[in-house]
Amino acid sequence: MSTRLATGGRLLNRGAAYSFSFNGASFRGYEGDTLASALLANDQLLMGRSFKYHRPRGPVASGAEEPNALVGLGEGATFEPNQRATTTELFDGLKARSQNHWPSLDFDVGVVNNSLSRFLPAGFYYKTFIAPRPFWKHLYEPIIRHSAGLGAAPKDLDEDRYEHFYAFCDVLVIGGGIAGLTAALAAGEAGARVILMEQTSHWGGRTPVDGGTIGGVAAQAHIDALVSKLEALPNVTMRLRCMGSGVYDHGYALGYERLTDHAPRNIGPRHRLWRIRAARIVTATGAIERPLAFAGNDVPGVMLASALRDYVVNYAVSPGDRVVVVTNNDDAYRTALAVKAAGLTVPAIIDARPNGGGVLAAEAEAAGISVRKGMGIAKVEGGKRVTGAAICAQAGEGAVLETIPCDAIAMSGGWSPVVHLWSHCGGKLLWDDATAMFRPDPARPPLGADGQGYVLTAGSASGPMGLAEVLADAVEVGAQAVTGAGFTAAAGDVLPVDIAAESALEPVWMMPQGAEYKLRAKAWLDFQNDVKVSDVQLAAREGYESVEHTKRYTTLGMATDQGKLSNINGLAVLSQALNAPIPQVGTTTFRPPYTPISFGAIAGAARGDVFQPLRRTPIHEWLDSHGADWEPVGQWRRPFCFPKAGESRHAAVDREVKATRASLGLLDASTLGKILVKGPDAGRFMDMLYTNMMSTLKPGRCRYGLMCNENGFLMDDGVVVRLDEDTFLCHTTTGGAEHIHAHMEEWLQTEWWDWKVYTANVTEQYAQIAVVGPKARKLLEKLGGQGVSGEDFPFMTMKDLTLGGIAVRAFRISFSGELSYEIAVPASKGLALWEAIWDAGQEFGITPYGTEALHVLRAEKGFIMIGDETDGTVIPQDLGLHWAISKKKEDYIGKRAQARSFMDNPNRWSLVGLETVDGSVLPEGALAVAEGDNANGQRNTQGRVTSTYHSPTLGRGIAMGLVLHGPDRMGEVLDFADGKGGFIKAKIVDQVFFDKDGDKQNV
Amino acid sequence: MLILTCPHCGVTAEETEFHAGGEAHLKRYGPGSSDADFEDYMFNRVNPKGVHFERWRHVYGCGKWFHAARCTATLEVFGTYPAQTHQPPEALLDIIRQKRPGWSWRDFS
Amino acid sequence: MSDAKSVTPLQGAKFDGIATVQEIGPRGMITLRGTLSDATFAAAVEAVTGCTVPAQRKASFSGGNAVLWMTPDELMLMLPAGSVAGALETLAEKLAGVHHLAADVSDARALFRLSAPGVAAREVLARLAPVDIAPGQFGPGDLRRTRVGQVAAAFIMVEEGVFELVCFRSVARYVFDLLADACGETTAQPVF
Repeated sequence: MSTRLATGGRLLNRGAAYSFSFNGASFRGYEGDTLASALLANDQLLMGRSFKYHRPRGPVASGAEEPNALVGLGEGATFEPNQRATTTELFDGLKARSQNHWPSLDFDVGVVNNSLSRFLPAGFYYKTFIAPRPFWKHLYEPIIRHSAGLGAAPKDLDEDRYEHFYAFCDVLVIGGGIAGLTAALAAGEAGARVILMEQTSHWGGRTPVDGGTIGGVAAQAHIDALVSKLEALPNVTMRLRCMGSGVYDHGYALGYERLTDHAPRNIGPRHRLWRIRAARIVTATGAIERPLAFAGNDVPGVMLASALRDYVVNYAVSPGDRVVVVTNNDDAYRTALAVKAAGLTVPAIIDARPNGGGVLAAEAEAAGISVRKGMGIAKVEGGKRVTGAAICAQAGEGAVLETIPCDAIAMSGGWSPVVHLWSHCGGKLLWDDATAMFRPDPARPPLGADGQGYVLTAGSASGPMGLAEVLADAVEVGAQAVTGAGFTAAAGDVLPVDIAAESALEPVWMMPQGAEYKLRAKAWLDFQNDVKVSDVQLAAREGYESVEHTKRYTTLGMATDQGKLSNINGLAVLSQALNAPIPQVGTTTFRPPYTPISFGAIAGAARGDVFQPLRRTPIHEWLDSHGADWEPVGQWRRPFCFPKAGESRHAAVDREVKATRASLGLLDASTLGKILVKGPDAGRFMDMLYTNMMSTLKPGRCRYGLMCNENGFLMDDGVVVRLDEDTFLCHTTTGGAEHIHAHMEEWLQTEWWDWKVYTANVTEQYAQIAVVGPKARKLLEKLGGQGVSGEDFPFMTMKDLTLGGIAVRAFRISFSGELSYEIAVPASKGLALWEAIWDAGQEFGITPYGTEALHVLRAEKGFIMIGDETDGTVIPQDLGLHWAISKKKEDYIGKRAQARSFMDNPNRWSLVGLETVDGSVLPEGALAVAEGDNANGQRNTQGRVTSTYHSPTLGRGIAMGLVLHGPDRMGEVLDFADGKGGFIKAKIVDQVFFDKDGDKQNV
Repeated sequence: MLILTCPHCGVTAEETEFHAGGEAHLKRYGPGSSDADFEDYMFNRVNPKGVHFERWRHVYGCGKWFHAARCTATLEVFGTYPAQTHQPPEALLDIIRQKRPGWSWRDFS
Repeated sequence: MSDAKSVTPLQGAKFDGIATVQEIGPRGMITLRGTLSDATFAAAVEAVTGCTVPAQRKASFSGGNAVLWMTPDELMLMLPAGSVAGALETLAEKLAGVHHLAADVSDARALFRLSAPGVAAREVLARLAPVDIAPGQFGPGDLRRTRVGQVAAAFIMVEEGVFELVCFRSVARYVFDLLADACGETTAQPVF
């Protein structure tokens, strides 16, 4: 059994005991524990079930690379699935539950997949897509859906806060082990701004676990001194519990800081996403130990040798009384020695190397540990827990020579540098045969904005695993980084190191070397996704040669751990199966994040009310309190209509239209764009912007204008007002304000920069209120408006007025066909004016209306709407707007494009009105069918509906549409597909449905 | 995510402050131009692997347009300059000649 | 001028956290475009505000007035509310015949003051804007136009520990909510 040792535990504070629960059962642990170490201390070895076969699993690692021990943490609004027990710091009251099993962790029905594993080979998912077809829908999919997925999605809204933080530095050091600390100090002492981050809760990495002395003092004392020196530097920012998540272009990096995960009662955001821009990035991310691929290497109790050593040394956890060590290198001997030193038994060290190890091996043998050279593990005995190791000759096929009873196995297949962050943005790797690892190629780093490499690796992330080499590398890289950032580095001292030397490892990709099929089919490469040696070999046999394809076919390395343990072993097995050298097979692509980060951290503050900006007019609150039924228009909210109690949207719109036509309607038009164009060349510029001639407009007059893009297509429309000789005010659509202003600036800055024109977007300076209907003039008069008679204030002019004591500028323009004034007032007085109008309008039955009534009013008059009649492929000529296109102008934006043969084609569909024969409303976008079929067997078409409404004024459906030769076919009846297999008959008519002579607005 | 220096306001900022505007130094063809010239101007763009000149707008900053000379393969930025010009500054061309011997882009080399 | 009630977008909303964010104003604001290096232009600016034309990405102050450098051809003049009409007349007079554009934008903007002793106000802005706001990198009189959350904004450091931030009026509530959220209590140690 696994238990807590009576003494020891480098990271434990035995003075602070915590209670926590796992699957409802109560346990005790200490401050400093991880959830994994605390569970192990309580003999809870089984922590999860695997993804595909639901095999029982315990922790195999002690850190971020852990594939098995994934749990759900918290409950309700703080529940989060798939958290690694090995990186979850224990706190008092922690609640965890295991996942991926039913009904319980100990007894799981899904484990039947395990016995079916022969029928769930690599590529199972792809193969089931093929045949027989009905099996997919009725058998495979339901089964896969039931068993797929890791953990459970949270059901409640996350109650925690999250934030981003933009940080800038000269040197970012990722990894707070001995190399990161050393490099950061070199950079910090040179005066650079340094950010140093470490993903765990303590500095120093694993050096103190491995022992040795640095500069004559114990490793821990040296680390403490480094930390003190760094803390004393004001230019160095240090963060624990902060992971380097990803490295991106031009020195951009993301840090994922877990602020309160370890102390949920702390106030403030739970996670912070650091968005860092650094001149140089040093990744001192260390190395990860590789498992060995032998049968049963996933049985709970089999761990990485370094992890087992961590549990003993850091957390005083005995993973078992009898620990067998299996290795191809010297480092694992340290585990044997640590286990022995803790008073436990090491029945044997199985060393796959025929000649065994060096100094450390001698030390082990001197300590009385049996070392079995040239041997391997044929298979692990035990189901939910290791009970023994059957050993064999490494060179053979797995004939069992002896079974050694044990309750834990420490395995080591050598070490791989953590190259993820180096690789994220294009850093290249070298295969090093001597050490059997891919390591960063310093000659091919990711390149920054200045063309220089901006990522450097330090310590074992660079390749060297020995402490002395690690220190020397860190000193040098720290100096290189800070020099690259423009500082002068002091000559760094490399301190003398005393630690046992290691002899060379010998690569072991399969154990034993010639393992027979039934062993290979139980030798796990990817623990989380249940990929075995046999699966990769099958993929190779089925023709997968590229490692990227094999990865996807077998799902090797595609789990949430992204193959931190499985990558190298997997591609080595593939390379053997393909009989190609490892560097030729290559690695898969490393992508951020290094380990999964929370969605909350990615979203930061952007949630709830500030998920995205919501733009409000000065009248927004009034509209809201008067029953506005909102619709989004870009980032604005505009009232769709104002339904009264019990009134449908449709009825509300009808009422608003009728009231406006009969008496008086009121519209908040503040969202319309308002752009000033001023200067001696303003007229010339306006003539280029609009298809119309604008330079001839008289001051004080208004003109409706069309704006096209250079490709000829209609992009915006609106009323232009000439304020004075030099100044125009351009009204744009609601959606157009920003991009039309940008369009103007683009032409002024990039084409006609010698023209004397300035623009200013004054959209938000003014609230704009449309007073619409037969009583509009009476209302203005009632509010004190002077000189508003039809003669004094004619259609398409502007006038400065004082209404209700407020100075305003009124435009007599109409988008409804009614007598109508748009009244602009400084935004700070928008609400006051609106309320004055509202009060004065009561005697006229004043009715606020929304965007839908606005649309109906304009459609009844046959006015086009940008976005309905236009969709980016429509030119003004299609809409019969020839009158608004100047023939006299030599040029305007879009003119040349409109002369292209397709634009000039008489067969382009043209705008007409449409009236259904039965009075119904045509569906939006409905197509008019023509004779015959096209090449795809679809009906030919001859037109489509662009706007369609129920007209309350006419009591019938009205529509506009683009129809082939439409204006020449008045009175013709077309069939429009209703989308349900039937057709609706509609007659081509004039698009002006109401008040064709304009009598209502010309009063 | 790139960083660029706006030559108008002097700010070196991340890409989220900018808006990309495609190929730089296009010559406008208006009414009277041939179909081929207009088509070229309107639609045809070079897409080099290597040195490229492109338009950017400092949309969240000063709002001004500028040009950037950039390597599309390595993302190295050779320099930026205001858009109010028909050709890149000679000093910038020199830098590119030095860093990418033998380069050419449209009529520049 | 009328005596109808003028309202700022949030009517002086305030939030106290690690820093204090408060909507301020009303304040007179004029967008003035022209040739910044021109002596007539500079004289007009000084006549209206008492301020010199600020250097690139700087603000200049005089009395209660301020002039902000917005682009190479645009300034923002900040004056007492109510003095804008007069200032526009003066500008028109002083710049007669000189190509320029002057527009009242007092109501088009929302204005916030973000203040705290020490570095807390810097900490708040660093949560929202992709700008190096560290001491030594950004100080009193410095101006930056950038992105705050998802909208455009400009801020100046008025004095150590005090920022003024300008955004469009329509997003005043969004920006206030963002600032208030970023001012929330935290046990995280300050970066600066």
